[in-house]
Amino acid sequence: MMTSTTLVYLIALPLAGSAILLLAGRRSDKWGHLLATGLSASSFFVGLYQLSLMLGRSNSERPITQKLFEWISVGTFKIDASLMLDQLSICFVLLITGVGTLIHIYSISYMSHDADRRRFFAFLNLFIAAMLLLVLGDSYLNLYVGWEGVGLASYLLIGFWNQKPAYATASKKAFVMNRVGDMGLSFAIMIAFATMGTVSFSGVKAAVDHTSTAALTSIGIMLLVAATGKSAQFPLQAWLGDAMAGPTPVSALIHAATMVTAGVYLITRSNFIFDAAPTAQLLVVIVGAITLMFGALIGTAKDDIKKALAASTMSQIGYMILGAGLGPVGYAFAIMHLLTHGFFKAGMFLGAGSVMHGMNDEVNMRKYGALRKFMPITFATFGLGYLAILGVPPFAGFYSKDMIIETAFNSGGAKGIILGCVTLLGAGITAFYMTRVMILTFTGKSRWDDEAHPHESPWLMWLPMAILAIGSVTSGYLLSHGDALVNWLSPLFENHAEHAELLSPLVVSGLALAMVAIGIAIAFIKYSRNEVAAVAPTDVSIFTTIARQDLLQDRFNEAVFMAPGKVLTAVLVKTDEAVIDGAVRGAGRIALGSGSALRGVQTGFVRSYAALILLGAVALVAAIWVVTQ
Amino acid sequence: MNWLTLLMVLPLIGSAVVVALPKGKDKLVKQVALGSTLIVLGATVAMAVGFQRDNVDLQYVEKYAWIPSFGINYALGVDGLALILILMSTILAPVVVLAGWNECQGGRWSVKVFYILILVLETMMIGVFAATDVFLFYVIFEAMLIPVYFLIGGYGTGERSAAAVKFLIYSLFGGLMMLGSIIALYVMSGAQGGHTFDLAALSQLKMSSMTQNLLFLGFFIAFAIKAPLWPLHTWLPDAADSATPGTSVLLLGVLDKVGTFGMIRYCLTLFPDASKTFTPAILVLAVISIIYGAILAIGQRDLKRLIAFTSISHFGFITLGIFAMTSQGYSGAALYMFNHGFSTAALFLVGGWMISRRGSSTISDFGGLQRITPVMAWMFFLAGMSSLALPGMSSFVSEFLVLVGTFNRYPAHAIIATFGIVLAALYILIPVQKALHGPTTPGNENLSDLNLREKIAIAPVIAIILALGFYPAPLLNVINPAATHVIGQLGFSDPAPTSGGK
Amino acid sequence: MNAANYLYLSALLFTIGAVGVVIRRNAIVVFMCIELMLNAANLSFVTFSRINGDLNGQVIAFFTMVVAACEVVVGLAIIVTIYRSRRSASIDDASLLKR
Repeated sequence: MMTSTTLVYLIALPLAGSAILLLAGRRSDKWGHLLATGLSASSFFVGLYQLSLMLGRSNSERPITQKLFEWISVGTFKIDASLMLDQLSICFVLLITGVGTLIHIYSISYMSHDADRRRFFAFLNLFIAAMLLLVLGDSYLNLYVGWEGVGLASYLLIGFWNQKPAYATASKKAFVMNRVGDMGLSFAIMIAFATMGTVSFSGVKAAVDHTSTAALTSIGIMLLVAATGKSAQFPLQAWLGDAMAGPTPVSALIHAATMVTAGVYLITRSNFIFDAAPTAQLLVVIVGAITLMFGALIGTAKDDIKKALAASTMSQIGYMILGAGLGPVGYAFAIMHLLTHGFFKAGMFLGAGSVMHGMNDEVNMRKYGALRKFMPITFATFGLGYLAILGVPPFAGFYSKDMIIETAFNSGGAKGIILGCVTLLGAGITAFYMTRVMILTFTGKSRWDDEAHPHESPWLMWLPMAILAIGSVTSGYLLSHGDALVNWLSPLFENHAEHAELLSPLVVSGLALAMVAIGIAIAFIKYSRNEVAAVAPTDVSIFTTIARQDLLQDRFNEAVFMAPGKVLTAVLVKTDEAVIDGAVRGAGRIALGSGSALRGVQTGFVRSYAALILLGAVALVAAIWVVTQ
Repeated sequence: MNWLTLLMVLPLIGSAVVVALPKGKDKLVKQVALGSTLIVLGATVAMAVGFQRDNVDLQYVEKYAWIPSFGINYALGVDGLALILILMSTILAPVVVLAGWNECQGGRWSVKVFYILILVLETMMIGVFAATDVFLFYVIFEAMLIPVYFLIGGYGTGERSAAAVKFLIYSLFGGLMMLGSIIALYVMSGAQGGHTFDLAALSQLKMSSMTQNLLFLGFFIAFAIKAPLWPLHTWLPDAADSATPGTSVLLLGVLDKVGTFGMIRYCLTLFPDASKTFTPAILVLAVISIIYGAILAIGQRDLKRLIAFTSISHFGFITLGIFAMTSQGYSGAALYMFNHGFSTAALFLVGGWMISRRGSSTISDFGGLQRITPVMAWMFFLAGMSSLALPGMSSFVSEFLVLVGTFNRYPAHAIIATFGIVLAALYILIPVQKALHGPTTPGNENLSDLNLREKIAIAPVIAIILALGFYPAPLLNVINPAATHVIGQLGFSDPAPTSGGK
Repeated sequence: MNAANYLYLSALLFTIGAVGVVIRRNAIVVFMCIELMLNAANLSFVTFSRINGDLNGQVIAFFTMVVAACEVVVGLAIIVTIYRSRRSASIDDASLLKR
């Protein structure tokens, strides 16, 4: 592999920005946001430069590495701090820095009234650096550093307004649930080292052939656990909705476009493991399928625009995970959907932020309505993202999502039919809830309070939205034109035999569009023709009630993990005091008690002591006399 | 040049100067104490520079007859492990002096006595890691209790006398067990070629496995109390609760390391077979400590007790790494000892500043500190991140090494221990949320942020935590040769990759 | 005259002294009884010295006398002090150290 000396700048620039802003403190309030944005942009340009270099090389010479220093070396456990840029990671690098820079620009205006804007930008830069480390690390342990680094950045940003207890709790919840997933990654690394003696991507890839399927399956399952934590997949999905407590640009960048897709990256990056471990792969598909329905169903019931979008993110990542679980053929499509989703979902989140900006931070869609007239640019960009996520041709989602649906159908047998139907149904529900969002927000009659004065956002905010909207329109076509992305990524994945086609692409597209049309129609009937209540109706079906509560995921966690955990903690605290320390204190008390009992012998009368001495002496003499006789 | 003796004498000279100072010059006393500890630190660094890191033998060896008729020598020497622990102690000493500038007020005795005790303690901290004569080690091991007893009992808060007595009796009990074993070793050495207390000579003794097991337990109980390992831990929360933050740092950061250091230096070296016999039981205790300490930390309402329980969890990791008998486990444990010193120091010092400002150590009395005292809040947050072993912090490297090293030989233990990382997130983030986040609670509005002295005190600690997180090589290079050596002496080598049974 | 008779006398004196210490309350009398016991021991020493024909026993007797003298000095001082503060020389009253 070729070596490079410039890769480190990708990470070093935003990392330096974060360090400078945090250390300089209030002194950098005036220029901090500009520095952070500039550094993020420079990192993007380094990425573009790397892409141009990469394009100039032949397929096999494209991956490059840079060894920074020896990080950990004990016995055979040798981990270098070294970076690797290949066809897969460059996609992420450009997505992270590109969308990241746009969101930096957006945030300059969005956060301009916040006294802590500088700190916000420091965290954003920290996030960019950690995320880049995640995708550039050349071993699972390097990835792990970035993996927890983004978790930290996410924690800090979700809790950016942590003076509100609910927001602080949300950030803690995200961190802890992510840690559960991180534990999976720890296990995967430990198993890999114990069985293969290495944890670098290249080393593990080479060792797969002579490693047992049982070991590979356990590694695969543990990687999946990690992915479910970071990517908010079932059963570790509960934190994502609460994570919307963070400022909206954060939701756009971290909880839509980049960090939550890290699980997809991990699975795609570990393709060699999953290809050799069919059981783990099947579990990936199942998790993806469950989550895509889960997220979609939650999305139908949410009145909070950000939470609706978050549920949608969960569902769309379910698509990606499902795609990645479909083996060699699915990896590229998962990545393609990831990239297009990065554009349209980030765009829509920024749109939501723009709406909130104009509506005094109101997030309840029932208090919106008719905003189309007041925010035409937001409406337009949001609408383009909407068409993209629905998969309407020729918008981006059409290319990427249909590929996944098609791959699902063609994965063979009953599995193929079930998966195909799930993905189709998911597309229909997506259409329903996204149309609902559009209708409630932009059309119909206005339902807002008198003090709201909706207005279009300044250009610093709508410009990034516009650029992302362009991406939502064109990225699908560009990436799939001539199988561009598939060919670009093909050196990384095993060549695969084509499955027999169950359904032709045209039929799949037709079915998908039909489902989308049905979804839109239902939404129109339900929300456009009837008056929308400004207060959420309570006399709703049990299903809506459950969906509003995120399908009871929090209640489940509360009942199964937290409540017993609290009881266990309380019991152990009591046990420690009463039993363990009690035994110690008991030993002390026995010593004291026996002392005070024996004290009674000491009468204080000199004559009785003297008598005792005398008796003792006589007894001693008698004893000696008896013994010697 | 007798580096180690020099290191031990320097703080004593400092304390002699403090004694000679006139009454009422408290500030001068503090300056002299700080100066002495800094000079010791400088000397330690100068010594460490000359350390030959690939040499597995003891270095800077000194040996003088002390009580010849009993074969007792004043014998010193360090290997990589002892060196980094001495380095850790001498870095922490000036930090503690600077950080606890006003801790000695409100004590039973004068400011002078406080710093004399600290300086004498520093001498002993160096000696206990450097001693290679078992008798000398024992004497220092026990003598260390005296200054700590007076530091807790004389300058602490709350039920300081009771806590000090509990600490003393617990430790004396362990010391007594060890003394019994030491005497037995001495007697046996007489029958096998001459009475001696020399560690290297004693490690060659032949004894029946029953004897070895009993003597091992004598040493191990002493070290398990010091470390502290479940279920011999209950003195620690009380002591940490009552001691001043600076004393707590020395107590948990340095003194408790004598326990884990002793496990390596004495238990493994003197009783290799018994160590193997007891390994399964010790590993179980270590895993219990990890989980138990973490759960109890979650359940604490008092900040100081919470930090004490996190340490119990961390000492479980260290013990796990030591008895995993792999080079990763050993190096991880050794590095963990060093790192834990700093992450605990950071937690206790910042926590101590929070407590002294607020006048309460109950976590729920705080709230919203991030808005009021941002620098202090950030330092506490960083210390917490170090405690939960976030990658990029030095503790991550050591914790992961311990887990990887353990997993290679004892996967079940490693898996259970790994659950500790989720619990760690809880026991750090819960106090972080309660104390730093949320709205400002009444009584906190006027707290002042860290002053320059406090910033200077905490900066090196945080810097070391971060620097070693990214570049632990300087320490690992010193530890690794000793790791392979010790593991090899016990007849172990790292397990080869299993390929999962294929 | 048989030297053993001196030993019987010594035993008799010692017993009288010991009984006196146990049954008498007055500190001065107790004190005198102790002196009696010491001197009984002295008598034994001197007798043994005579029997064995060396001077060791006599030397020890001198030691005992010196010790007894010292004891008288300290002991009487204590008794006088106690009497002054408590107006009583009964040793049963002086049990303050019990608690």
